Amino acid sequence: MLSIKNLHVAIDGKEIIRGLDLEVKAGEVHAIMGPNGTGKSTLASVIAGKEGYDVTDGEIIFNGKDLLELPTEERALEGIFLGFQYPVEIPGVSMTNFMRTALNEQRKYHGLDPIPAGEFLERMENARKLVEIHDKLTNRSVNEGFSGGEKKRNEIFQMAMLEPTLSILDETDSGLDIDALKVVAKGVNDLKSDKNATIVITHYQRLLDYIVPDFVHVLFEGKIVKSGDKELAMELEEKGYEWLKAETV
Amino acid sequence: MSDDKNNILDEVTQGEYKYGFFTDIEMDTAPKGLNEDTIRFISAKKKEPEFMLELRLKAFEKWKTMKEPDWAHLNIPPIDYQDIIYYAAPKKKPQLDSLDDVDPELLATFDKLGISLDEQKRLTGVAVDAVFDSVSVKTTFQDTLSKHGIIFCSFSEAVQNHPDLVKKYMGSVVPTGDNYFAALNTAVFSDGSFCYIPPGVRCPVELSTYFRINSAGTGQFERTLIVADEGAYVSYLEGCTAPQRDENQLHAAVVEIVALKDAEVKYSTVQNWYPGDKNGKGGVYNFVTKRGMCKGNNSKISWTQVETGSAITWKYPSCVLLGDNSIGEFYSVAVTNNHQQADTGSKMTHIGKNTKSTIISKGISAGFSNNSYRGLVKIAQRAENSRNFSQCDSLLLGDKCGAHTFPYIDTGNSSSIVEHEATTSKISDDQLFYCLQRGIDTEKAIGLIVNGYAKEVLRQLPMEFAVEAQKLLAVSLEGSVG
Ligand SMILES: Nc1ncnc2c1ncn2[C@@H]1O[C@H](COP(=O)(O)OP(=O)(O)OP(=O)(O)O)[C@@H](O)[C@H]1O
Ligand SMILES: [Mg+2]
Repeated sequence: MLSIKNLHVAIDGKEIIRGLDLEVKAGEVHAIMGPNGTGKSTLASVIAGKEGYDVTDGEIIFNGKDLLELPTEERALEGIFLGFQYPVEIPGVSMTNFMRTALNEQRKYHGLDPIPAGEFLERMENARKLVEIHDKLTNRSVNEGFSGGEKKRNEIFQMAMLEPTLSILDETDSGLDIDALKVVAKGVNDLKSDKNATIVITHYQRLLDYIVPDFVHVLFEGKIVKSGDKELAMELEEKGYEWLKAETV
Repeated sequence: MSDDKNNILDEVTQGEYKYGFFTDIEMDTAPKGLNEDTIRFISAKKKEPEFMLELRLKAFEKWKTMKEPDWAHLNIPPIDYQDIIYYAAPKKKPQLDSLDDVDPELLATFDKLGISLDEQKRLTGVAVDAVFDSVSVKTTFQDTLSKHGIIFCSFSEAVQNHPDLVKKYMGSVVPTGDNYFAALNTAVFSDGSFCYIPPGVRCPVELSTYFRINSAGTGQFERTLIVADEGAYVSYLEGCTAPQRDENQLHAAVVEIVALKDAEVKYSTVQNWYPGDKNGKGGVYNFVTKRGMCKGNNSKISWTQVETGSAITWKYPSCVLLGDNSIGEFYSVAVTNNHQQADTGSKMTHIGKNTKSTIISKGISAGFSNNSYRGLVKIAQRAENSRNFSQCDSLLLGDKCGAHTFPYIDTGNSSSIVEHEATTSKISDDQLFYCLQRGIDTEKAIGLIVNGYAKEVLRQLPMEFAVEAQKLLAVSLEGSVG
């Protein structure tokens, strides 16, 4: 589904991603861990197509398409979803209107008519239930005045609404209390199928108790320096990242 | 708007071209320039009673002693008032056979605005098949109004048929010499609308200038007078969201509203005159005087405006709150893009006791444009316990445009409260990226964000107008980012 080869990314001339390879297949869950500032969010942004990054080398192929050639919105329409580490507020734009617009853009892209009102409301209702988010929240403006945890839940709510093929969840677990964490994890697990895939970026092994990854990768100074299974996450929790530093140098 | 209502609107407006009362009047054009003869010519052509001619001449005398206002934050090229034709027969648009003959770019804009096919045809001058009998629809509409004793007609008609009402109220809110452009308008006004709602009557329909009896050729120096008698209510819509082109560069309209005791008038405008091209060439200068007088106790006047057009806008819909407990409101969205300039706002003059006013102004600037809010809240000494709340927000798209706020406050007593809030914000790259990441393209994203920003104002508009206005905001800002 997603194939990243020898990716190099620079910001303002400074290389952040330095030769990264990653293969993600349908049905898989990948976890990416690593110290602060090693390029995890940068990788997510580059896949999603945020401006301001120079891809100096390498390729990203998504379902046979050269992703780097596609404009940001088309990547989303192709099924890539980014759960933001810091979701932004959009005052005055209701969640309802935002979701309907996004959903209808998606349908238009796939040659479908706009979603009928009844069907849309039902979908909202289902997605709300999944992440146990109050309809008071979805009636408000996008993220406006949402607490940190509410914003994160709202990301998973949107994921449920848009049913992406590849979801990249950037530290969706940070700032969540334990109950919220379970809810978010349950949401992700319920949405999981053999047709979609998930990349979770996290600092904490505890999330992986709820969302069990098929692979765990350690991103360090712009490269994946070690990959393994759930056990690797436990090891990291125990030992930190220092021992990897020694190993890679 | 329901389709039926749409059809009726179309039919009635088309009716004007077919059955309008201009068709049987022979029309000439006045020679260029402005002098007493021009004014006598206009008045004679309109077969006006003596009082009207006198008013025009008085205004002209006054105008000659006045100077163009120069206090606005506008760069107005010199206007040669002797190079203007002040009276011309309304020109008929060339009749086209089908929409295929119309500029495709214009049609694309119409589609984006969601303007019905029939309406598109009317606006571009394409012949339309009559679905209804236009005359009967129009008659039904007029019947409904007259059953309630409502007078709604062209200003010229009112001068002929209701001279007492015109004499009594015209100039009672905007005096002849109020300002340069109002004086000019009074001297040379061409036509416009007149509306009178009798005591205790709630006008059952939204009165729209769509229904204007003589829509062609009255645009340049338009004159509108709305009188709501005691306990009456009316909602009045002016303009339309479709782009309007006009060869006349200078527009100087006057709108006067009078609300007597317990009366309420809602006046909504969408202004989308030609703004000039991307380089700032051409475009309409819109210098408008709009003022309402809450004359009686407990009366209320609300102005709502969505301003997207014109090269230069100079416009301050205002309220004089004379009656005790009267209420004035001003809700405005002003968009400027490319090289447009707007200096707009409101003036609330509190004279009666316990009077209340609200000003909500949302300026949106893009391109190289300049957008200014200018407001005056004046509370007279005797206006005890009065309140004003003003909120003036500016949204900037890009870094070559300007937003300015000039709020003036003058409080004459200590029991009144005046509050003013102002913010300036930008659409951030992160907001745009968030939308794009959800599959919403840049143009749609800007539309969403801008409409969210202007929501407080848009929801004051009548429903069907609001939907069109939302689309208009998005279309006006196309190509302004990215
Ligand atoms: N827009 C930017 N301009 C300059 N430097 C940037 C920008 N974005 C990221 N960086 C730098 O790139 C590096 C990687 O940042 P990134 O946000 O990808 O880290 P991260 O792995 O997600 O860290 P965290 O765990 O703290 O979220 C950091 O040194 C950061 O300062
Ligand atoms: Mg990060």
